[in-house]
Amino acid sequence: MMYDLIIIGAGPAGITAAVYAARKKMNFLVIAKDVGGQTALSGDIENYTGYQFITGPDLTMKFEEHMKKYGINWKENEEVVKVTGVSGVISVKTAGDTYEAKTAIIASGARWRELGIPGEKEFKNKGLTYCATCDGPLFAGRDVAVIGGGNSGLEATLQLMKIAKSVRLIEASPRLTGDRIMQDKIRIAENVTVLENTKVTAVLGEKLVSGIKINTNGKEQTLPLQGVFVEIGLMPISEFAEGIDRNEYKEIKINSRNETNIPGIFAAGDVTDVPEKQIIIAAGEGSKATLSAFRYLARQKS
Amino acid sequence: MGKKVTVYSTPTCPYCIKTKKFLKESSIDFTDIDVSSSTEKSQEMVQKTGQMGVPVVDIDGKIIVGFDKEAIEKALAS
Repeated sequence: MMYDLIIIGAGPAGITAAVYAARKKMNFLVIAKDVGGQTALSGDIENYTGYQFITGPDLTMKFEEHMKKYGINWKENEEVVKVTGVSGVISVKTAGDTYEAKTAIIASGARWRELGIPGEKEFKNKGLTYCATCDGPLFAGRDVAVIGGGNSGLEATLQLMKIAKSVRLIEASPRLTGDRIMQDKIRIAENVTVLENTKVTAVLGEKLVSGIKINTNGKEQTLPLQGVFVEIGLMPISEFAEGIDRNEYKEIKINSRNETNIPGIFAAGDVTDVPEKQIIIAAGEGSKATLSAFRYLARQKS
Repeated sequence: MGKKVTVYSTPTCPYCIKTKKFLKESSIDFTDIDVSSSTEKSQEMVQKTGQMGVPVVDIDGKIIVGFDKEAIEKALAS
């Protein structure tokens, strides 16, 4: 079976690409490890046009309903291990199968970046987590730290300050970088302490997390606490796209038409070098990628 | 089958939602424990599993952490 298009990933970019492909009546397949991507792990969303307020899991459900309305071909829980394009045939290899198509859209997204400090791996899920939305409620009445002062760190802090006894918000650079509207809410919260110029150097504990070691302008200190939320940004999921041009951050390089360096292979959303990683941007990029793939196919025929 | 199935979850966690949806679709009765509304229950979960991630599925004493379809099916079939 030679598909017109294979879409890799089902976050906002992949799902929007699928909706557009279904409406163009393309013969296509979606391969995804899970649905929603990082949107599913987001807390409150207030900047997706049309929704003044929606939670990440709810928006994911809306995305999924929208896509499945068209009765599309769909492989869930399948992880892509390699994508290649040779003389017009794109081959997508997963752990169990190989699929072929005339075009592909890589929309595999990104995953959280790790700190790379002692104790991080040992205490994952034992007090250290990368998902405040998922695990936040388990820390009711505890002392916790959020590492990272960008938007995801601020979002996590806003969620946790309602649940936890105290929150330390830790940022390595001299100031928080996330949106002012969130910073303002955090600065007036009585149970939040903001620590800037501060690096976390180790996670401590026995069975569960009992504290962290920090370094503020060269001064070492140990903070006793029970929860560590790591929110220091993202890494693109692009390991399977080795043959495709990527930048120094391993993001897939695309032009304004979502084309990669390989004819027939397009990419969209957080896996690409598009500036700014946002749900609404990923969704828009997904639609652009399908329209570009559609045009590419039309050119092949003529 | 008649196995006793308990799910420890929070209302916001996407993998908890998926786990429960999967069990419902497979017509498996289960007890849902919302650990965010009870410190006692969240401590029970931590003691049982030695970790703090949700969801946790307890199938007749067999503990599965995270949404692992295959492990759940295997534990139900054994």
